[in-house]
Amino acid sequence: MAITDDVLVIGGGLAGATAALAAAETTEDARIRLVTYKQSTLRHASGLIDVLGYAPGTTDDQQQPIADPYTALESLPESHPYQRVGIDAVRDALAFFDEIAGDAYAGAHTDRNALVPTHGGTVKPTARYPVSTAEGLASDDRDTLLVGFETLPDFDAPLAAAHLEAAGAPFDARGVTLSFPGIGRDDAKVTRYAHLLDHDERVETPSVTGETGAREALAATVNPHLDEESRVGFPAILGDAHPAAVREALSDALGAAVFEVPMGPPSLPGLRLEDLLYDALESAGVRVTSGVPVVDYETVAADSTGENSTADETTTAAIDHVIVDRNGAQIPHEADQYVLATGGLVGKGVESNRERVTEGIFDCYVPHATDRYDWFVDDVFGEQPYARFGVVPDEELRPLGTDDNPEFSNLRAAGAVLGDYDYAAEKSGAGVSLATGYVAGTRAGEACQ
Amino acid sequence: MSDAQRRIDDGAPGEQPSTGGADGSDSDSDSGNDEFEPVQVFPEAEEMDLRPGADNCYKCSTCDTNCPVAEVDDEFPGPKFQGPEQWRLKRQDDHDIDDSVMKCSNCMRCDSACPSSVPLSQMHNTARAEYVEENMSKFSREYLRNRLLANYRRLAPLASMFPRTANVVMGLSVTKWLGEKTLGITSEREFPEFATETFREWWTDRGGAKVENEDKRIAYFHGCYSNYNTSEVAKALVRVYEHFGYEVMVPEQSCSGTPMFANGMLEDARRAAETNVRELAAAIEDGAAVIASCSSCSMSIRQEYPELFDFEDTETVAANTWDAVEYLRVHEDLTGALEDTAVGDEFDELAYHAPCHSRNQGLDGQTIEVMDAIDGIDAQDVGDSCSGISGTYGWKAENYETSMKIGEEMFEHMDAAEAETGLTECPTCSMQMEHGTGYEIKHTLEVLEAALGGDRAESGAGSGSNADAGTTTATESN
Repeated sequence: MAITDDVLVIGGGLAGATAALAAAETTEDARIRLVTYKQSTLRHASGLIDVLGYAPGTTDDQQQPIADPYTALESLPESHPYQRVGIDAVRDALAFFDEIAGDAYAGAHTDRNALVPTHGGTVKPTARYPVSTAEGLASDDRDTLLVGFETLPDFDAPLAAAHLEAAGAPFDARGVTLSFPGIGRDDAKVTRYAHLLDHDERVETPSVTGETGAREALAATVNPHLDEESRVGFPAILGDAHPAAVREALSDALGAAVFEVPMGPPSLPGLRLEDLLYDALESAGVRVTSGVPVVDYETVAADSTGENSTADETTTAAIDHVIVDRNGAQIPHEADQYVLATGGLVGKGVESNRERVTEGIFDCYVPHATDRYDWFVDDVFGEQPYARFGVVPDEELRPLGTDDNPEFSNLRAAGAVLGDYDYAAEKSGAGVSLATGYVAGTRAGEACQ
Repeated sequence: MSDAQRRIDDGAPGEQPSTGGADGSDSDSDSGNDEFEPVQVFPEAEEMDLRPGADNCYKCSTCDTNCPVAEVDDEFPGPKFQGPEQWRLKRQDDHDIDDSVMKCSNCMRCDSACPSSVPLSQMHNTARAEYVEENMSKFSREYLRNRLLANYRRLAPLASMFPRTANVVMGLSVTKWLGEKTLGITSEREFPEFATETFREWWTDRGGAKVENEDKRIAYFHGCYSNYNTSEVAKALVRVYEHFGYEVMVPEQSCSGTPMFANGMLEDARRAAETNVRELAAAIEDGAAVIASCSSCSMSIRQEYPELFDFEDTETVAANTWDAVEYLRVHEDLTGALEDTAVGDEFDELAYHAPCHSRNQGLDGQTIEVMDAIDGIDAQDVGDSCSGISGTYGWKAENYETSMKIGEEMFEHMDAAEAETGLTECPTCSMQMEHGTGYEIKHTLEVLEAALGGDRAESGAGSGSNADAGTTTATESN
């Protein structure tokens, strides 16, 4: 017996989770499963939801961030995933995300990009942002104190503040580096900081006699350094399970607005986004299998008269089941519809060796030059062909073979496994994952009704 | 199958790279001006070499965010340090293994966290073994205590001879006080009770298997705990599998090795594993699949054996070992069989905790899925936190506080759940769940037994009707 579902989503990132949720919403009774080899890479993500930050193809240092991403979508090349699904689908997908995120995210009130300061002191144009970052927007003209910690070298507050000012932020920014009460070791984990604040653990602090709660102790450490600033930015370590309560306590004690500056991996805003999506999956009844890879597949036999056979598409094979590997044991998983959301070169959904570039599970066609010296250009920040490697989908997001026909009748692809866009340069990673995940999941749900 | 799955640069050290790609088949068509001639830069490893694993680490620190110990203990440097960083340090300057490795609880969560497939727990296991071998005095209290805990199986048979006496003695406060003072075993916990009849005694009295079926056979790896302590779990497994017409074999076996890995007693583990691999391989030869009811036992045989040992058949045994419920899901219509079944009030509402070692096998969602098929059961997952006990870890006086801090989240979620009965597949998680909440804790197989109408009245040797029922099922399903 195979483990049987109606829709099987392969991949546990933003695209996969969105596809599973969209499929669950489309079909009341269908059984949806998400299989992910490793834990979601959302913990690597900043937690910001960008749609389009910069126009593709402009590598000029002086290029300006895009003010209204939706208008800019119209001028993207036909092959771009946004064009494949259509601009209305992008809006629908963002609305779908807003519903899931509820009051954990802000930015839905406008089409325009928000400018969120990041840990390097740069600003990122983004469509949605965690509420924890909302008080820190660079378009806001309140003066800002940034607080860094000696034991957290990833955030150099004075440098970030100087960078913000140099970039022309409309406010005064100042940075101080303090010692975090209750943290002794140099490389304490970000989860350790968050846990201290979440649980308001008792900590020793030099500025207050004896032990106090970690939140009060942190505020007491910052207070003497607060000058006239009406908002204070911390690296994104302000709680994991109870971030709102942590911010509120700090804000009350400091008499100033408190915000988080998104950090590199591992990222608490990314972890919180992961929790939010996986809680939504659980509520939607989606079954999640993690820690095991999909390694192979079988198609429906050509002469099969079973319910999976696709008589009307004689040339297109259908996937009958995939094989999940569990320490050498082969577990068949069967579904009516499949969504491939395994990520790109970083997520390892797209792989390369010295001969060719491949999609790892179904060996879907990934266009690339035969000579591997044509896969990259010498200018590191130039337009890198490898950044656009991925499968080519039709409008239904079914990966196409070399003959421009769908590789399989019941397989759709979403997220970074798709080619023809450079999410790092465009700042479009989250938006493409949401839009294509939403469309692939919806279509998969409709197809199995 | 496809070329897409072959990774050219993933080869283990000592693997002789061939010219022109992994399989050499499609390289001949190449233009020829780009001949790939790899050079072996590092000498071929003569013993286990973890270098490829260390090199795969790109320091994203995802493992650190998953480590339940690092989250509550400021002193613990986390899995990335214990694995890849310690490995590099050692290669460079021949540092001793850092003593913080003994704070790792061996929950193995870092393994499935790593996006780059670094074998973190394997590195921790070898580092811990080296630390114990090279840096821990064999006469220290800690060593003796750890050896004792790791080799619980050696003591259990003594206690099982006089279970009632042992239970009384172990429960005495003076015994606990002595345990803490002389051995560093925490006095906060109740020692697990010994069954008045071990599973193997029951099995022998019963006359062994009630179903014979050469087409459907399993070899049951019961492990220590369900033999000496919770024999009702082992009996439930037998009845559930006989319900589906399986012939159950109970081969000779030693401890799975889990507590030995966790205490750095790799040689003890090697001896145990050698026996297990030999006996289980023989059962596989007889047509059986190996089935375990404890998630740490199956984890150990499936992952740790192939990572740490190279006896003949280690890989075969790993690939043919299954979790008890998973095997039924894949080989039987378990959901179908559970439809329209119901269970007694005792199982109405369950608070389920997925053990870390189930999570690492991709099995954390399974129990709730299976429970959903049974009428009247409301099983609620109490979240993805670690229970904190991690086998022998939480039994050590110096770890008790950390262990309870890690478990706090699970206790809170259990308290918030409707249920007052807990459900899990790991014996020590169940100790922690009971210790932290006072709930009674059951094993998934016990619920399945109740649902499938496993004959709970069966007592002592040979109740004929049960045997008939089993054989009938066997015939029908063939």
